[in-house]
Amino acid sequence: MKRTLRNKALFTAAAWPVALVIFFPIFWMLVSGFKTEVEAVSTPPRLIFRPTLENYAAVWQRADYVRHAVNSVIVSVGSTLLALGLALPAAYAMAFFPTRRTKPTLLWMLSTKMLPPVGVLVPIYLLFRDLGLLDSRVGLLMVYTLVNLPIVIWMLFTFFKEVPREVLEAGRMDGAGPGREIASLLLPLSLPGITSTALLAVILAWNEAFWSLNLTAAKAAPLTAFMASFSSPEGLFWAKLSAASTMAIAPIVVFGWLSQRQLVRGLTFGAIK
Amino acid sequence: MTLPPVPDPSAGRRGPRRSVRTLPLKLPSVIVLLLWAVVPLVMTIWFSFERYNLLNAGERGFAGLENYRFLLTDPGLAKVIINTVLLVGGVLAITVGLGTLLAVLFDQSFFGRGAARLLVIAPFFVMPTVSALIWKNMLMDPVNGVLAFLMRGVGLRPVDWFSGAPLAAIVIIVAWQWLPFALLILLTALQSLDPESRESARMDGAGPFAMFFFIVLPHLRRAIGVVVMIETVFLLTVFAEIFVTTAGGPGLASTNLAFLIYRFALLDFDIGGASAGGILAIILANVAAVFLMRTVSRSLET
Repeated sequence: MKRTLRNKALFTAAAWPVALVIFFPIFWMLVSGFKTEVEAVSTPPRLIFRPTLENYAAVWQRADYVRHAVNSVIVSVGSTLLALGLALPAAYAMAFFPTRRTKPTLLWMLSTKMLPPVGVLVPIYLLFRDLGLLDSRVGLLMVYTLVNLPIVIWMLFTFFKEVPREVLEAGRMDGAGPGREIASLLLPLSLPGITSTALLAVILAWNEAFWSLNLTAAKAAPLTAFMASFSSPEGLFWAKLSAASTMAIAPIVVFGWLSQRQLVRGLTFGAIK
Repeated sequence: MTLPPVPDPSAGRRGPRRSVRTLPLKLPSVIVLLLWAVVPLVMTIWFSFERYNLLNAGERGFAGLENYRFLLTDPGLAKVIINTVLLVGGVLAITVGLGTLLAVLFDQSFFGRGAARLLVIAPFFVMPTVSALIWKNMLMDPVNGVLAFLMRGVGLRPVDWFSGAPLAAIVIIVAWQWLPFALLILLTALQSLDPESRESARMDGAGPFAMFFFIVLPHLRRAIGVVVMIETVFLLTVFAEIFVTTAGGPGLASTNLAFLIYRFALLDFDIGGASAGGILAIILANVAAVFLMRTVSRSLET
């Protein structure tokens, strides 16, 4: 008993410092957002200061910040809904009515994720230019839908596979039609899985920074691309950068924390559960 | 459009089955992915054999292997490939090595474990442009950064990261983002380790080191393989972190293949050259992808 308690104390002393060091950059950003610009750049770094909300107010008042945040919401939520709309029927068909081609189809879908985006940057850029989709939310939303579709189908497929067949069959015996079966049995049973799939798709789209940097500019840029504009020297205000960053990442970090366990399945394409 | 019903081989084997036309359910996804995967790829291949510059679109024509010859004899290419490999290798070494040790540590029971785990996985959810900016300015700035302060504190001269060691700086930033990924996956894999095999090893007198090397590490082998392959596919094309910190410089010091192609395409408007580079990137990524697909395909059986 005494030994386990000692071990526990020992591991606490080893693990917490590691956790704090890894988290430090985020903590420092969080803290700096509440400093004045002078305090934010002062050396030695200041831990004691009078917190101010002026940076948040300043960032929030910049009309463009709000606009880019709205772009992020529209593009990530929109692409997730569209991907779910395409993926739900496909995953349902493949999980419950498998054919000889189901496995090769799934693997092929996954293999489209392996194509490095930079390999198709040129044609996508030119197609977007010719179709008038450069710097448009619709264009970016479509790209994110396609980028996430394989993962969404794959995750939904593994969740559907885990729905107990007996329950569905019992419903069928009781005379539930296919519509009833899906609406009142399958969807409620797999709702947690569908939710975590949607969360992962939102997280991935929100944080995507290759296509957003290359396909959007002042009008349709989501936060990933907008934040990059802070890298120019004239935009170098650390306290405001921190406040803007905190607002840009806060909702997604919380989403990630909420769904961490299910994320592993999506991120490893079901190889690790 | 009417489609013939798909014969279901499992029909009749198990209880009453409805004959459902499943093709219309799958077709939309298959078609859009097919368009997305094939059309741009074919275009890239096509462009890579063309003389095509957006600034001089009139001169467009067939170039044979000219773009590839130009790319492969570019004195900078070797440097860029080495950077790409160093970036992938460096980040893999840090994330997998440290990730394995930390997964074992965070698998132990200790006070506040849930909260500590939330803190260590948080960096993975920070968008790449933000993490790059935070590191570049508030941590790695040679004058006002926290790292410079710490180094002066122990009597060292602060490193000017982005002019002195730009590639190392990018490796650190990217490793910070991907360490939580490795940790999260290895931790999940550890939790499926059978407590009985641990217990019986302990009964046989295995110390902590024997336990780690003979029980834990073999159990994690597959998960480590998955982490290595997935990270390789994504790390080959690191872009945003370079874009906001060094823009590939100084010179080519921190340019990887993805950034080189971006420069060809959107700064030099050399469509042919960028496409040839794109094909090179696709080939490199496929080497890693083949191994990944094989592992995933095996997990589909179970």
